[in-house]
Amino acid sequence: MSLLEVENLVVEFQTASGPFRAVNGVSLKVNEGEVLAIVGESGSGKSVSMLAAMGLLPWTAKVTADKLQFNGIDLLGMSPSERRRIVGKDIAMIFQEPIASLNPCFTVGFQIEEVLRLHLGLDKAARRARAIELFELVGIPNAAERLSHYPHQMSGGQCQRVMIAIALSCNPKLLIADEPTTALDVTIQKQILDLLMRLQAEHGMGMIIITHNMGVVAETADRVIVQYKGRKIEEADVLSLFESPKSTYTRALLSALPDNATGDRLPTIAEFLSDDQIFAGAVR
Amino acid sequence: MAVVELKTISPPTGLAEFWFYFSRNKGAVIGLAAFLIILLLAVFAMFAAPHSPSIQNREVLLLPPAWVEGGRFTYFLGTDAVGRDILSRLIYGARFSLFIGVVVVSLSVVSGVLVGLIAGYFRGRTDTIIMRVMDIILAFPSLLLALVLVAVLGPGLLNAMIAISLVNLPHFVRLTRAAVMTERTKDYVIASKVAGAGTLRLMFLTILPNCLAPLIVQATLAFSAAILDAAALGFLGMGAQPPTPEWGTMLAEAREFIQRAWWVVTFPGLAILITVLAINLMGDGLRDALDPKLKRS
Amino acid sequence: MTPVLEARNLVRDYQIPGSLLKRGRTVHAVKGVSFAVDQGKTLAIVGESGCGKSTLARIVTMIDPATSGEMLIDGEKVDIARDGLTSEMRRKVQIVFQNPYGTLNPRKKIGDILSEPLIINTRMKADERRDKAMAMLKKVGLEEKHYGRYPHMFSGGQRQRVAIARALMLNPRLLVLDEPVSALDLSVQAQVLNLLADLQDEFQLTYVFISHDLSVVRYIADDVMVMYYGEAVEYGSREDVFSDPKHSYTKTLFAATPRADVDSIKERLARKAA
Repeated sequence: MSLLEVENLVVEFQTASGPFRAVNGVSLKVNEGEVLAIVGESGSGKSVSMLAAMGLLPWTAKVTADKLQFNGIDLLGMSPSERRRIVGKDIAMIFQEPIASLNPCFTVGFQIEEVLRLHLGLDKAARRARAIELFELVGIPNAAERLSHYPHQMSGGQCQRVMIAIALSCNPKLLIADEPTTALDVTIQKQILDLLMRLQAEHGMGMIIITHNMGVVAETADRVIVQYKGRKIEEADVLSLFESPKSTYTRALLSALPDNATGDRLPTIAEFLSDDQIFAGAVR
Repeated sequence: MAVVELKTISPPTGLAEFWFYFSRNKGAVIGLAAFLIILLLAVFAMFAAPHSPSIQNREVLLLPPAWVEGGRFTYFLGTDAVGRDILSRLIYGARFSLFIGVVVVSLSVVSGVLVGLIAGYFRGRTDTIIMRVMDIILAFPSLLLALVLVAVLGPGLLNAMIAISLVNLPHFVRLTRAAVMTERTKDYVIASKVAGAGTLRLMFLTILPNCLAPLIVQATLAFSAAILDAAALGFLGMGAQPPTPEWGTMLAEAREFIQRAWWVVTFPGLAILITVLAINLMGDGLRDALDPKLKRS
Repeated sequence: MTPVLEARNLVRDYQIPGSLLKRGRTVHAVKGVSFAVDQGKTLAIVGESGCGKSTLARIVTMIDPATSGEMLIDGEKVDIARDGLTSEMRRKVQIVFQNPYGTLNPRKKIGDILSEPLIINTRMKADERRDKAMAMLKKVGLEEKHYGRYPHMFSGGQRQRVAIARALMLNPRLLVLDEPVSALDLSVQAQVLNLLADLQDEFQLTYVFISHDLSVVRYIADDVMVMYYGEAVEYGSREDVFSDPKHSYTKTLFAATPRADVDSIKERLARKAA
């Protein structure tokens, strides 16, 4: 059964220069235990569509969809407070800037225990025990001691581990990771990706990884959606996407990787593709 | 993230964007309208005022406003103790208030920005000394300090304006210094330095223009504070001297008639209130429109 | 041939001032690094955050002085701490920064940004400056109509092009590129890398290319230097470093870089299925 089901999602923003359509008719599905990667360049609406699904967009955004279901429950018709009960508990999210995602005024222990108190209603001793357990799970050494540290005392990689621990604290069914390693160094990125994949496999979670990095897609995803300017261009399982991309845009994207460079020049997208050509191959 | 990307897609012109955010704030638009009316009245005072502000009509001492029994329409807001038309005095008084605002704000902006720029750019000991002096100025209650300065310099409108400027100075220094410190380490400043730009060029041409938005907002708010302070000094007899139709001085002259003739105190007070409120509302709108940190989108 | 840039045992220390409770200490950001770059070549400096590569960039660009060691540009010794900096020396090295959104003065038009180096360093007339700026604008793939626009009207890739154009206005010998493409989208990254390659050919430019992205480095560099905690742990030609890394850190770095090829995906999927 699919965990998250989105059909024909449209997100519009009111701006000074009139309405702007950030997401234009995107449909997607994530199954239990599946890793879906949404890949696209800036302006492709990849983050916005997930924020919209979670109801985290500001008031200037207008969200419509034919279907927006989580685990068979309709998210669109829900009141904000009902939605909040699901978001954060059954759907968790981690963001790009790990240090900015944590509140600098509180210890990381307080922040993880707060989530446990709000969503699970555990008592004090149980919260602490669970927090230590979670920290050990995400590979933070000296977990008990680390609980009393403030975010600025930790490195970016450690903060991202804390964020993952917080996200996992309520055993979510779906984890959305929005550019989880973009702000991190390569060696730390490797550790965090390994950690995420291990946890995903152990817990059998559904997972959505939003990224612009083809390498991250190749290392993590089962299935891939390619987005461009708010539209879905291609959807395929990871191997066939890299082996035989259907759309010209994906082909262009892959050939722009310096890894795949043959000869002196890198092929670029703008040089041989217009927007119309890209959208012509788009899928729904 | 995504919200930032939207702006780059079709950037509206600066002015259109400014008005979009400014006009969202209804209070700011009302404030702007009120301010424009006051400005027009002040500029065209000789046409707008029904009487001369200083001619005394001995026949109509303490005449009540037109709508009160015994009032006359020729003296719409009544007359004061020596028979001068209050409406005309208020209209001419607007000139003084706006003049005070302009002079005080220009004095404190120019000197404050200069000092703040030096403190924020050079840092180190210069910065410490400047900021401690500013802290000392800030430690005094502002009106008290202005009063002491005027007492030393001698009462009068010009000295009052100098005193108020000095009292306002630390706010501009702090604001400029903070803005300069954030801009100073940005890449475009370093790039300019690598291209060979000297200290003065970096300070005034590269950094300063990028620090202006918060200063404009602070300047509007200082404008109204200056009007208020000048009125207070006038009221205490340390600002503009009679018979100048300055609003604070008018209030001071009317003090003894509070019991008998409410209109002599009420209208100058209202004039100050409306002007200060209008400018403050406008300042809030400016901040919404100019300060990107508070921008909603 | 004398190398355009030669560094001998460069060291940079920072003093962290003490406070009431802590004693002041010295941080060694760069610990004795030596290298040389010949004309028309690209040296890539690779490392993760905090390895000292940006400090090194600032020393090479003559923004900060080195604490000790020698730096020679075109065989001439530079010591900005002692002798200051001549305008001629200044013009030889220019820099392009990582963040396309902070690199251009938001209050200035593109034309003014490009002309500024000429105003400061030359006695060119206004129309000459304009012509030169226009020509450079076209050279980096922008158009004449962009001359009078403000930076906020440009995309990240276009801004980076303007930043490159600005750096080239004074005909420098050496261009320090501090992560010039890491904030850009993949397709734009390819365009900018192509542009850099074209410009290098045309002007015989020498690049010091600072990056954390090994795939970009492998594409653009002639020589590679890997830095780790202020030290150069590996230095050699691209082929040597990539085919036979000596230092364990270099090996870790290579292993951590995500691979986007079909074989490694197949391998991963097989591992997962097992």
